Amino acid sequence: MAGATSPALPLAGRAASSATAGVEMSRRARIAAILALIGLLVLVWEAAKWIGGDPWRLHGTVLGIRIDYEHFPPLKWRIATDLALPHVWSIVGTFFQPAQRNGPLLGEILFGNALFTFAEALVGFVFGALLGLGLGIVFANARTVERAFVPYVVASQTVPIVAIAPLVVIFLPIGWLAVAVIAAYLTFFPVTMGALRGLKSADPRAVELMRSYAASPRQVLWKLRLPAALPYLFTAFRIAASASVVGAIIGELPSGIPYGLGSSILNFKQYYVSGPEKLWATIIVAALLGLVFVGLVRLAESLITRGRYRGTGRDPR
Amino acid sequence: MTEPGSQPTSQPAVVDIRGVGKTFGRGSTGLVALQEIDLTIRPGEFISLIGPSGCGKSTLLRLIGDLTSPTVGTVTVNGKPARQARLNREYGMVFQAPVLMDWRSVQRNVELPLEIMGTDRPERERRARAMLDLVELGDFAKAYPWQLSGGMQQRVAIARALVFDPKLILMDEPFGALDEMTRERLNLELMRVWRQTGTTIVFVTHSIPEAVFLSTRVVVMSARPGRISRVVDVDLPQPRTVETRELDRYFEHVTTVREALRRHEGSGEPDDRDIAAIRAEGLA
Repeated sequence: MAGATSPALPLAGRAASSATAGVEMSRRARIAAILALIGLLVLVWEAAKWIGGDPWRLHGTVLGIRIDYEHFPPLKWRIATDLALPHVWSIVGTFFQPAQRNGPLLGEILFGNALFTFAEALVGFVFGALLGLGLGIVFANARTVERAFVPYVVASQTVPIVAIAPLVVIFLPIGWLAVAVIAAYLTFFPVTMGALRGLKSADPRAVELMRSYAASPRQVLWKLRLPAALPYLFTAFRIAASASVVGAIIGELPSGIPYGLGSSILNFKQYYVSGPEKLWATIIVAALLGLVFVGLVRLAESLITRGRYRGTGRDPR
Repeated sequence: MTEPGSQPTSQPAVVDIRGVGKTFGRGSTGLVALQEIDLTIRPGEFISLIGPSGCGKSTLLRLIGDLTSPTVGTVTVNGKPARQARLNREYGMVFQAPVLMDWRSVQRNVELPLEIMGTDRPERERRARAMLDLVELGDFAKAYPWQLSGGMQQRVAIARALVFDPKLILMDEPFGALDEMTRERLNLELMRVWRQTGTTIVFVTHSIPEAVFLSTRVVVMSARPGRISRVVDVDLPQPRTVETRELDRYFEHVTTVREALRRHEGSGEPDDRDIAAIRAEGLA
């Protein structure tokens, strides 16, 4: 019998390696798709400016090539002026120019501020994830508590965060902590819901199996319910990661902290007329920060759920 | 090691079921799944429970394992109430589906019961490895369940049920979802494991040939309400091998069991109560 079945392992191994090759291919395709989409966005952006923006006056040297280009768009669109929609290259270029005379480059400032915001978002994410996980575990174990409290959890998310943020800042004297709390406020909700759903997703027969071993409730949680909940939890963590960045930036606005992307947004909004591309640059950095955070969560997921079946995302049984 | 097939008359019972009845629901709407069940299982026996759908054979197995409790009567396992035996971890369970944890390797799946019972790691690994060798899956210790065929997954489930050396194994149609060839192979393998471990097995099945081939006694049940209609002693020689299925005695026993089943079949067509019984079993 062993003789008949043992060749199956190399087979399984081969299937696995061809599956990873498939993953490599799809990853390359995904990167290509993302780049193509960015290219398309830039194209539409500049096309709008070419048709309805301010006159183009490009004079200078790029990579040793002298450029002299002037163009007068036939139409006048308010949304396509240099003030409303700066040229893509002005936005990119502003990263490499000092934000103030003789000051550090804008890119450096934004990078530092993004790190600060990331730290706040991370603390908020951890608070929120732990709170959400705790609530999920309580709700999953007590049906009556779930019925009584889940509506309030849902209601908490319908209150606009911009209305709550100033209150939190008033109540908490430490600025960055207040910001982290605001980030946590946005984070705990998806995690609560993901945990609740995930903890209930354990196979009822596996629950019986644990009962046949006289496993304690804690063992059932650690060895069955939590591992079974991980795919749901990580989906929630990804939503929570991007939400925590949004929460941190919104929290920074009323906090008066001189660091962070929130302060950059306030600052560059105030001086928008003199440098609209700086606000756009900040928006891009904020978006990148969210992407990086979600990417880190994905990385953690692939490390933690290593070995699990994922071809179709469904268990083959 | 207990000599399988021998008549152990003086030894204490592994399972003692007395006057057991099980009703799902209450009052006039209640559904009687089992009625007046008496059964004694001795050490080293291989008992099959066979009967039509809705006869309560799975419910009876679950009563022995204290996965549900009787409405009337008592279930005693190793001289203790079934609940105490479960808390003492005195039986291993195998379901129709393997119910393996897809985040654990084959080895770690087999280690699971030992982990819950607090066995230390080196001992856990040693025993899990020995069990995997017993079911001839030693080469697959590091594989994950989804990389294995259905039959191999079920063998992992059997290794997991055996790993903490219980004196009693409860199996609920463990090979029901497998193809005929895999099923016959696993029947042979189960016979070998049973001989080597000397454990007592209670086995629920739909298949008459499987029940006769494996068992020392076949408990034939009838439905509406679920009762034991006949117990057939299978005195086929041990060890059971491929040749066992060609013996005249084997066919005689198959016929006996088939006739016992037919006699209690009743109207033949399943009615609403049957379907309700199946649902009730599934829900419990």
